[in-house]
Amino acid sequence: MDAITADDMLMFINAAITSTAQREFHGGADDQRLSLDFLHDYMIGNYRDLYAAALALDINDHNAALIVRKLLETTGDATAAQRRVEGELIARRLRALPPQRVYDLFRALRRARVNNRRTRAIIRDWVVGRPDPAFDAVKYRTGLKRALRHAHVAPDGELGTFLFASGNHRRYDTPILETWRKAHYEHSSVYELPYTVAEGFAAKHRIDRATFLKRIAPRMTRLERLRVQESARRGNAAVAVDLGSMPLTRLASYVLALPVPERVERRAELTGALRAAAVRAAGRDAGAWGRVAAVLDDSFSAFGSAQKRRRPLAVALACHYLLAELAAEYVPLWTSGRTDALLAYPYGMTPLGERVLDALDQAPDRLLIVSDGWDNAPYGLASEVLRVWRARLDPERRVGAVHLNPVYDAADFDAKRLSPAVPTVGVRDAEDVPALVEFARFTEGTTGFAELQAHFDDRVARFLEER
Amino acid sequence: MVKLDLTGLTTGPAQVWGGVRLVPLTRDEPITGLRLHAKVYGDELGLVGVDRRTDYVSYIPHGFVATWTDDDTPVAAYGTEMKRSADHRKPPAHGMRLHFHRRMARRVDRNRLRFLPMHMAIEGYLALHFGGPEIVWEEWSQRAVRHGLSPRVEEAYLGAEVEGLADALKVFEIHPDQCGVLVYVADALAAAFVVPHPDDYRALHATLVRDLYGELVHHYATLAMPVPQFPVRLPDDVETMADLRAAAVRQQAEWARFHDTAMADGLLGESYAMGRVYRMGDYALSRFLPPFRLKQENHIGELITDRDGRTAYLKTFRLSEAQVRRGHLLTTPRGQRLAPRHHRSPPRPDRTATRPAPPGSRFRRTAPRGRPGPLPRGRPLGHSTHSAGLTRRTAPRVFRGVGPTRRRWLGLQLREHCRHVGRGGLTGCVNPGGPERVSLR
Repeated sequence: MDAITADDMLMFINAAITSTAQREFHGGADDQRLSLDFLHDYMIGNYRDLYAAALALDINDHNAALIVRKLLETTGDATAAQRRVEGELIARRLRALPPQRVYDLFRALRRARVNNRRTRAIIRDWVVGRPDPAFDAVKYRTGLKRALRHAHVAPDGELGTFLFASGNHRRYDTPILETWRKAHYEHSSVYELPYTVAEGFAAKHRIDRATFLKRIAPRMTRLERLRVQESARRGNAAVAVDLGSMPLTRLASYVLALPVPERVERRAELTGALRAAAVRAAGRDAGAWGRVAAVLDDSFSAFGSAQKRRRPLAVALACHYLLAELAAEYVPLWTSGRTDALLAYPYGMTPLGERVLDALDQAPDRLLIVSDGWDNAPYGLASEVLRVWRARLDPERRVGAVHLNPVYDAADFDAKRLSPAVPTVGVRDAEDVPALVEFARFTEGTTGFAELQAHFDDRVARFLEER
Repeated sequence: MVKLDLTGLTTGPAQVWGGVRLVPLTRDEPITGLRLHAKVYGDELGLVGVDRRTDYVSYIPHGFVATWTDDDTPVAAYGTEMKRSADHRKPPAHGMRLHFHRRMARRVDRNRLRFLPMHMAIEGYLALHFGGPEIVWEEWSQRAVRHGLSPRVEEAYLGAEVEGLADALKVFEIHPDQCGVLVYVADALAAAFVVPHPDDYRALHATLVRDLYGELVHHYATLAMPVPQFPVRLPDDVETMADLRAAAVRQQAEWARFHDTAMADGLLGESYAMGRVYRMGDYALSRFLPPFRLKQENHIGELITDRDGRTAYLKTFRLSEAQVRRGHLLTTPRGQRLAPRHHRSPPRPDRTATRPAPPGSRFRRTAPRGRPGPLPRGRPLGHSTHSAGLTRRTAPRVFRGVGPTRRRWLGLQLREHCRHVGRGGLTGCVNPGGPERVSLR
């Protein structure tokens, strides 16, 4: 029984890390959503405590929001003790989520007609806890308005007027609200608003895009700057961005979106930024992993989908730079056989088996495989190589081997596994790789459920402590 | 009788998606003397990877539609053709002018590969292989576009209608030096496709879904379960990494051998009657016919070979049972008496159907399977009989404005055909899935 629980839990965590219910290379969005939804229902029905505890783990935001929604929808099924723990976990996780995700979650709750007392209390507490309510009121106006209305919360001061009766209001005392009012007829006020709000006013006032981008740049968030880089360049505007401060996987995605000639041109700049991000992500572990061989998948399926453009390849590229920092000696092996990581693009078939053989030839201390697990040249060779190698050539498990899979396989309800001989863990951001590699020991089947439970309890306790 | 020679092509590991298995063929040394015609790559893209100054022969695949002249009329290649690189601007010698409505023509994307609507291609394709009436092709095709085909169409399906094929082609990972593919549906060989150069293959890979497949393939795809993978099995008695690698290489060779001798035997093990169409430079274009053994795999196709007889370009079509039977009739001594009689003079659309077959003759009994149908002169009311679906209620409309003799003749044809196709009554005349609509949407 415990073994099954542990298995289910690991499967769910892999799914919750990788899946975003969006289209993947091998499956449509509907398959993904249906599969993920089923998995959530299965987990909440059978292991409610563990399901809630997953909020404390490094799962992705989509799944965190989904867990919160499912927990609130089924409040009646929980005991008083469960509700208390769940309440704490939910409140803590909502604080960690990006606000737009939380407003989306509230909207979903409203649509699902979930309006129990606990839900209303959670919405109220979260709104009260926001650092700058006036800013939220401007940036997420509709979201906040609906959340307040749904949770029966009366906002303080001018916010009520601003949200619900702004039609012919003369003057606000709160500066940002006053700016918003002025922006309706004054150009200079537009540039003091958050970028997303200002964009609407710019369209209303027919402000030239280049001028607008140049003047709004200081008000943009870090990721907004990264996102508008190329469109700004097309419009003959420049938005300054400090690539060195970007998170590693985001940066990898950005690099892969650039055309190859441009990557060649900006090689020094891009490599420098990727290295800097990798050094930050590696932290104190830098150089501690000894001799590392990595098999990195840049086959055609690493393209992902139109919704998750080059996500699997971006993860592989980010892992490449991170592992280069973590390892004392590092051997990267791309499936296509190319050696210039910066110029990677999805191409060709997936000869994973052959590359694993190449990697094992290097006699590494650690072997990492970053791939979606669709080994097709030929099918099943990687699995056999790993099996025979584990059984005959490395029975003492001297080499630590882990398969990191960035893609959720809807049909299997799990990240696609390569071989029972090697643990498979889902990966969303390369920054989590050190933690995931540690976690992989649970999926090897050598540890018991008690250990897994202890690990979760520890994670939950630490998560709730970090305020 | 000659066998197909795939020397220089290596069988790669198969990729499976549902009921479709795609086996890539790779070349260690791509052929550079024969390349896809620049038009196929699109005007703006130019020819990839070939020096403009080198003299090479280019080929245009069957059914490829391009605008060759200034008057913007699209012309379809009727049968695969070869050209000198100097004759880039000349239209295909056996081109088929297509007359579209202006609005339709405009909608077609300039850079996209365009191929003929398949219902026209298949009828033409078979006529081409069996030496059918070529002269009225253009006139006939216009008629087919306007009014649809006679009920006795060849049953061929667009690749997009073959269950799972489009998805399989989409998720297929093309090998860097891939020059061909064998398409298996429910592990029956549906088509073989070989080109001289990997760039050509990359340009044409997606067109497999615009290709035509026989009814047999369509039925198999609809009814079949997912086919099993053939996973690699390595022996347990390895001592070193080198042993492990050697075992892996052996497995690869094993698969290639199994595939070539067992799975593709119906295509590669068979001898074909080659009809040389013409030779250009080092290359010769032929069309081939199978021996038409009943109830066995039979492929027709087009082939370009080099001086040594090695395959540079190959495209095959798997015949369905009914087509094999028809081919069998035409190639047996009895059938050969029939064929010349039919093909002696090109049938004229306004006269073919006026003369019914002599009652009680042997010809009449075999005719519905053995020869292409006549064209009804009367304009069918409403939509074309073919695309709109011929039901019991609408079928008699075909006969309006048709004289009593011809009506009797057509009725006989329809009944014969329905009996042949199945017990679906008159509805049986129409394909269940239906080939692509006539109206070129």
